[in-house]
Amino acid sequence: MLIYPNFSSSLMTINKETVKKISKLSRIASNEEFENSMIKDLNSILKFVEQLNELNISNTEPLSSVVDQKLYQRDDVEKKINEKKDILQNSPVKNENYFVVPKIIE
Amino acid sequence: MGEITKLTLVNLVSKIKSKEISALDACSDYVNRIVKSKKLNTFVTETLEQAISFAKKIDDNNLKEGILSGAPIAVKDLFCTKNVETTASSKILKGFVPTYESTVTSKLWERGAVLLGKLNCDEFAMGSSNETSAFGNVINPYKVNDENIVPGGSSGGCSAAVAADLTVATVGTDTGGSIRQPAAFTGIVGLKPTYGRCSRWGIVAFASSLDQAGPMTKNVSDCALMLDAISGFDEKDSTSANTKKEEFLKNLNRNIKGLKIGIPKEYIVDDMPKEIQDLWDKGISWMKESGAIIKDISLPHTKYALPTYYIIAPAEASSNLARYDGVRYGFRASGKDLNEMYENTRSLGFGNEVKRRIMIGTYVLSSGYYDAYYLKAQQVRRLIKNDFDLVFKDVDAILTPTAPSSAFKIGEKKDDPISMYLNDVFTVPINLAGLPAISIPAGFDQSGLPLGLQIIGKPFDEQTVLNSAYALEEKIGFKSQVKDWWM
Amino acid sequence: MADNKFDYYLDGKTGKWEVIIGLEVHAQVTSRAKLFSGSSTKFGSDPNTQVSLVDAAMPGMLPVINKFCIEQAVKTGLGLKAKINRFSKFDRKNYFYADLPQGYQISQFKFPIVGEGEIVLDMPYGTKVVGIERLHLEQDAGKSLHDQDPENSFVDLNRSGIALMEIVGKPDLRSPEEVGQYVKKLRSIMRYLNTCDGNMDEGSLRADVNVSVRKQGSQQLGTRCEIKNVNSIKFMQQAIEYEAKRQIDIIEDGGTINQETRLYDTKKNETRSMRSKEDAHDYRYFPDPDLLPLVLDSEFIENIKKTLPELPDEKKHRLMNDFGLSSYDASIIISEKDISDYYEDVAKNSDYKLAANWMIVELFGILNKEGKEIKDSPVSAVNLSKLINLIKNGTISGKIAKTVFEQMVQRNENPEVIIEKSGLKQQSDPKELEIIIDNIIKNNQDKVIEYKSGKIKLFSFFVGQAMKDTAGKGNPQLINNILSKKLK
Ligand SMILES: [Mg+2]
Ligand SMILES: [Zn+2]
Repeated sequence: MLIYPNFSSSLMTINKETVKKISKLSRIASNEEFENSMIKDLNSILKFVEQLNELNISNTEPLSSVVDQKLYQRDDVEKKINEKKDILQNSPVKNENYFVVPKIIE
Repeated sequence: MGEITKLTLVNLVSKIKSKEISALDACSDYVNRIVKSKKLNTFVTETLEQAISFAKKIDDNNLKEGILSGAPIAVKDLFCTKNVETTASSKILKGFVPTYESTVTSKLWERGAVLLGKLNCDEFAMGSSNETSAFGNVINPYKVNDENIVPGGSSGGCSAAVAADLTVATVGTDTGGSIRQPAAFTGIVGLKPTYGRCSRWGIVAFASSLDQAGPMTKNVSDCALMLDAISGFDEKDSTSANTKKEEFLKNLNRNIKGLKIGIPKEYIVDDMPKEIQDLWDKGISWMKESGAIIKDISLPHTKYALPTYYIIAPAEASSNLARYDGVRYGFRASGKDLNEMYENTRSLGFGNEVKRRIMIGTYVLSSGYYDAYYLKAQQVRRLIKNDFDLVFKDVDAILTPTAPSSAFKIGEKKDDPISMYLNDVFTVPINLAGLPAISIPAGFDQSGLPLGLQIIGKPFDEQTVLNSAYALEEKIGFKSQVKDWWM
Repeated sequence: MADNKFDYYLDGKTGKWEVIIGLEVHAQVTSRAKLFSGSSTKFGSDPNTQVSLVDAAMPGMLPVINKFCIEQAVKTGLGLKAKINRFSKFDRKNYFYADLPQGYQISQFKFPIVGEGEIVLDMPYGTKVVGIERLHLEQDAGKSLHDQDPENSFVDLNRSGIALMEIVGKPDLRSPEEVGQYVKKLRSIMRYLNTCDGNMDEGSLRADVNVSVRKQGSQQLGTRCEIKNVNSIKFMQQAIEYEAKRQIDIIEDGGTINQETRLYDTKKNETRSMRSKEDAHDYRYFPDPDLLPLVLDSEFIENIKKTLPELPDEKKHRLMNDFGLSSYDASIIISEKDISDYYEDVAKNSDYKLAANWMIVELFGILNKEGKEIKDSPVSAVNLSKLINLIKNGTISGKIAKTVFEQMVQRNENPEVIIEKSGLKQQSDPKELEIIIDNIIKNNQDKVIEYKSGKIKLFSFFVGQAMKDTAGKGNPQLINNILSKKLK
């Protein structure tokens, strides 16, 4: 039987601080409204995924790819297929030679 | 005129090849219908003029060798198409015109198909109802009591366009059910091939270890033909499978006598509508009638598939979507320094569902949480795959419903991410295990909305999946009930 | 030389401090195409002209690995006497930066292609073995230019995706000098292997330098700071000195060191905290789902093993054991691939020991004076070997050889020709020399009498006369012999 989980009692493991940290890491601007809605949604999703804690899996090898074959390896051959203009064509801010971004302070 | 768009892909191509119908006539009929079908919001970009001139070229030069010769086809806007805007239905890719063509779509055009345009989808394929698109939701050609219904997602533009005869067939992508669930919601056939069967090169990535392109068609034969067209090893995709080229349409047959079909008990869910259970039971008896042997099986980790998916998919997505930063393509917002530019661009460029998933994905990968979430999900993924490996020692294919419900009203589940995610409960395990699975239309619920059955196969055994579906299709005798109400 | 003792300790207010240094060297793999794309790796091309769709992270692009780069990494690993891992994986290191188009760098985190190895350093106080933690393959980033425009930075992706080997050393280094030796030795090994050209000016070899300090005698490691991307040995050494002193000052003033990423400002000779690396601690590594694990079979590794050239350490032993070179001479000869190649060319046709002497004393003297590298040597290896043979077979004396060598430096001419033209050939006919010496004795009877009565110092007077009368070309050995006989 597949039981739909119950989400009424959220642990609220994600607080405002965490949302701020995550949005910074994700480079998504944050504000009060965004933070509040994320706290709600992320906690409900986390509560949902925490079902996995029921399983004892300490000896299970993690699976990152279902593909069962050797990694394909290409030869060391130079291929020129793109012109500079192709590469820069879609850039919203550019000049003749470069992508342009706001000044970086290292 | 007008009847051409009712033809199946296999029939249309054979009539074009035999010159019974010209490529131009076929194309024009589709173009006319597309022009009159704006209400469904299926297209993000139309390339109708180019389509007409390409169709003319096919007729004039008698280019009728290809297996899709003259077939007018629109594709999900997740496939990069050379010189045609590609957006993944996101504001952040607005204006992006690739200088390259995805492997899958280039195979379509090489085989003679004609591009009609790019089909709407959930933003970056993240959704199950097509409501997350930056270009508005697609409307299901099926309607209930004058209320608009979702076409499923994320390939909702695809499913609606096939159901409404706006493209003779299409290719979608399926990360957790995005081909099969919308196919079920609109009464069409949708196949997610084995992971690695079709190249991912040139497809806007959502979750790389799960994404797979596949056909969405009017019937099973069309599906086999489309798979013939788009599958194959690609040395530009390290995860594409180096298997021998197969001929799915040629080997398509209804003989499933003695085939062992598994029925997983874990797919019986608590509050699943009775009509879905009934349909599943009917499917079982149709299979028996065709000579298949039914076996009860168990896939014990099924209930952990959705939570596993909602860790792995967002984690991969958070990284895959990092490239949308306003520097090399697409939308860019201003900012006083580089980070502010990034943050504003991504905050304004992405919709809410995408942001939600990026945030979750970043969280489960971040230091201190990786082992508890991401690593654990990968371990459970192994258990889920092991479940399938084990049962496939005893059965040749598995029969389940495609989705736990029929299509729902637009807006009905929009504010509750989890209830939306539950739509994919029967489809997600298949992506996690990398298996092939098809959804075929199998009947209607009491309000007249289509319902689908899903057949799951062993890795790279699409032929058995297609043959079972072909046998079932004949027993079901599904007839489209689309009424052209929008025209 | 082993009596020289290691003594790099810095004086603080509270006593002496030891500096602990570990290097993460980024070495560009010598290959035609990039690690995951077919773009050229050529240096110095116009901006954004060597950028594939993959390097620019266009939507839907996927990495496909370059087999040669794998071979190069394995080769380097073997050269570092390291464990080659038959199973390795590519991971994504996630961070945002203008020169990182994907928003992540494909690297190897949990399972690197090469495991532990070592590098042996010849220090004045003896040999020192420095541990290698690992070597992994990863993508290089592009380049941001900050000084072309007041409001904007410009991004060039030519470097984006070039294959790098990151060679992570253990924190075994204790002084700027050791760091210098370590980088030189590592570079030399890679040049022998032809896996990295080691050209620091072109950025083919850079290092992140991890520095911490502790009181002399303490066993505990202090908190380290990482100085990013230093691209010359001199700058590494200066940065270490500055950074160590900075840390000592902080600790002695009662402060604590923040583990952070710092930048070395070459103009101000100081390090400072890097703003752009604020979330450097959270790279969210995970296996790249676009790639499969890299599994190497033993045959693949064995085949590479077979192609390994003789490496500096082995060559040094051979030169010492088989040819009797001193440890000092041998370590100079092997220090650079170019030097060792030159040496081999000279020595294969002449005397090993003389070849080493002449290179180290005379040739390097000239090169130093003229500020030249050995590959630009004004004297070819063939000509130097000829000169050595002329000395060895007595055609010219060592002294004359120096004169000849000077002329060779001017014109890189065949020494045989020079000798022929300028008549510098040594006079070695005993009969001719006897006549000359007889003459000298006849004309200096007074000196002969003095000599015979015990003033033996006069012997050199007769030698001098003989040399004078032969215009310096008389064979000194023969002259000595004849004189001894005649003056008895
Ligand atoms: Mg580093
Ligand atoms: Zn690195």
